[in-house]
Amino acid sequence: MTLKLQRRTVLKAGGATLLATSAFPSFATAQQRGGTLRLGLSGGNSTDSWDGRTHSDVFMQVSAMGGVFDCLTEIAADGSLVGELAESWESTTDLKTWTFNLRKGVEFHNGKSFGADDVIESLQMHVAEGAKSPAKPLVEPVVEMKKMSDHQVQFVLQAGDADFPYQLSDYHILIYPAGMVDDAIRGGIGTGAYRNEGFDPGVRLLLGRNPNAYKEVWFDAVEAISITDPGTRVNALMTGEVDAISRIDAKSVRLLERNPAVEVSEVTGNQHYSFPMITTTAPYDDNNVRLAVKLLFDREEMVRKILLGHGKVGNDHPIGPANRFYAADLEQRTYDPDMAKHLLKKAGVEDLQISLSASDAAFAGAVDAAQLFQQSAQAGGVSVTVVKEPADGYWSNVWMKKPFCACFWSGRATEDQMFSTAYATGKPWNDSYWDHPRFNKLLAEARTELDDSKRRELYREMQVIVRNEGGVAIPMYANWIDAKSKKLAHSPKLGNVWALDSARIMERWWFA
Amino acid sequence: MLLTDGNFMSRLIVMIAQRLALGVFTMFIVSIVIFAAIEALPGDFAQAILGQGATPEAVAAIRESLGMDRTAVERYFAWLGGAVTGDFGVSFSQLSFQSQYGQTGERDVVTVADQLGPRFANTIFLAATAAAVAVPLSLGLGILAALHRGTVLDRIANIGSLTSISSPEFFVAYLLILFLSAANPIFPSISKIHADLDFWQQVYRTVLPALTLTLVVTAHMMRMTRVAIINLLSSQYIEMARLKGVPRWRIIVHHALPNALAPIINVVALNLAYLVTGVVVVEVVFVYPGVGQLFVDAVKLRDMPTVQACCLIFAAAYILLNLTADVVSVLTNPRLRHPR
Repeated sequence: MTLKLQRRTVLKAGGATLLATSAFPSFATAQQRGGTLRLGLSGGNSTDSWDGRTHSDVFMQVSAMGGVFDCLTEIAADGSLVGELAESWESTTDLKTWTFNLRKGVEFHNGKSFGADDVIESLQMHVAEGAKSPAKPLVEPVVEMKKMSDHQVQFVLQAGDADFPYQLSDYHILIYPAGMVDDAIRGGIGTGAYRNEGFDPGVRLLLGRNPNAYKEVWFDAVEAISITDPGTRVNALMTGEVDAISRIDAKSVRLLERNPAVEVSEVTGNQHYSFPMITTTAPYDDNNVRLAVKLLFDREEMVRKILLGHGKVGNDHPIGPANRFYAADLEQRTYDPDMAKHLLKKAGVEDLQISLSASDAAFAGAVDAAQLFQQSAQAGGVSVTVVKEPADGYWSNVWMKKPFCACFWSGRATEDQMFSTAYATGKPWNDSYWDHPRFNKLLAEARTELDDSKRRELYREMQVIVRNEGGVAIPMYANWIDAKSKKLAHSPKLGNVWALDSARIMERWWFA
Repeated sequence: MLLTDGNFMSRLIVMIAQRLALGVFTMFIVSIVIFAAIEALPGDFAQAILGQGATPEAVAAIRESLGMDRTAVERYFAWLGGAVTGDFGVSFSQLSFQSQYGQTGERDVVTVADQLGPRFANTIFLAATAAAVAVPLSLGLGILAALHRGTVLDRIANIGSLTSISSPEFFVAYLLILFLSAANPIFPSISKIHADLDFWQQVYRTVLPALTLTLVVTAHMMRMTRVAIINLLSSQYIEMARLKGVPRWRIIVHHALPNALAPIINVVALNLAYLVTGVVVVEVVFVYPGVGQLFVDAVKLRDMPTVQACCLIFAAAYILLNLTADVVSVLTNPRLRHPR
């Protein structure tokens, strides 16, 4: 089987960069070892654990994927895909059979050596009976996992998928030691460059450098503290209690900039604030109405007032500047109440009355954004009632239940992941209940297309379709805004998939 | 001073027993109210922990594994059955965590008591630190203000303590951080205390939150002390003592204070209870790992066993401190010791 595979055309071979951090050799400041990195992180909970299937926020993303555990692949700061525990990979021409060559000589923190069994067992965790993993849709298409040798695994997919290696970089799909997954989840036993030296969920995590790490990392130790209040995070950084903090309020940026010892690190990624309309109910079943609603968002004003300039206007599709096939040349949708009026007349609902449900659980400033929309929609003859929903239970009781509400998406590393999660027909998170046959067809086509320029064309058309016919208004992309002490240094390019250098701060940064 | 005749002691013991029984009854009522309140909140644990990923199947799976498909009454009595035997159960989040790896059975079960224990110790440590400063400070200030009624000292003590009690806690906290941590780096702006620190390091890291709490509770206790003593100063036996030429401080400490103790002790008890139960905001601002943060997390997740246990701790703090205050009042007051 191995031989047969190698006879076939080798399509993709991802060369793993040996040292993820030294991928930028031209950078002026020499990286150096030493120091304890102290982090003040948002999103920590007393319910946190080392189970990757439960991770959803910054604290565990940074601690698990970015420290204690590894994935098979990793998205580098420049957006390209490099190997993490996989050294290289290749597929057959139909993109259905993928073979991964695993890194040799890697050990888990408990001394067990890493191999093919670990990969297979770790992936199966997401599709096990009754498993509640957000990564289930990513692993489900794998119909067969075969151990070819100790350091080679083969995956057979239901249908071809050119992005399969990208899917495996997902922060939920961590690699655990086979046969001792429970121990690993209890004690945090991974292959990562840092070892768990004490974890008090929702309070504090201590990590020490793993002496057998295959990656070169710079900090001797890391102390991550859960600080849920944004104001307190800023205080902790300003008074030197921590060296870096995640997720600061746009309002605090100017305050931080006045302090000479700290600086704000800001990147525009795929994170977007959206307003899904349920397209199966009136009035949003009429695309004229949906388009009119999209035209009534004053995007520039929202970026200015809600994001205080720390973002970028959105164009009603979820593909962002951090995606490979982002169609930057699409015409930017602007505020146009006259056109909206015209469309509403066409739809026969000239004096449209709608309600918009919002809560700051959706994103900071969601209620204010809804009120801005209320104002700007008046010019189009639409009267909007803003319903302020409770933050508790927002995702269960409002999102995907109320016909028009506020929402946010972190975005996804690949176009396919984003579209298949939230725009393909029948998917659990298709929050506009949108059903567009042509779009679904293109999505399947693009997945198995080999030629990058053809894929670009397909994804471009999908972005156009979502922009013009989709059920989601996306007025803005919000920057990832973190802040750090000037004592910390990093390479000039920061990852923009997640907060804090795509959650890789422990692996990629160092003390200058 | 105390007349400890047997009759009095036995009456006191009966009173304590009655109050304790009433306290248990109160806690029972509290647990029903809290349970009903959690039931009335929108969403449940399954929906809360799944967040955006709450598909109907996933929600149903979690509900089933936690026994949340039973009726509310059944669930309440199941919980109560454990609680009366001292078993507060396992938090939903731990249960749901364990149900994912059920087969091995070797997992250490983390009970609510295990989770609450260290946090409760931290909360008590903060409350004790704050009380150690606040109680002597406010009694002393109150006595001084009563002694020098109407003087500049009285005014300053009043205005100062009223200002600090009138500002929201987080504002007092931020002011302290600004002056004692940012502008003059004397104390750390976040506490992050943990078991590895020695006692004095813990005290050092607890200074700012304790100071915040002190400023918040001082006014109430100080003013009560002042008023109680001033009231007594106009009574006849004090006048008599003054005519006899007893020094003013002696009049207050020996003659006025013992009679003013009952109301003062009650206010002190109320404020001590507040130090245990009302510190959520201070904990958040100073990242202090006490019961408050765990409680807020648990309410957000509708984690019934944890919420109930926290509420019972809070209720018990109020009940026991009030009981202590009453007992001490009785002991210090001859008229209450010998009721006719």
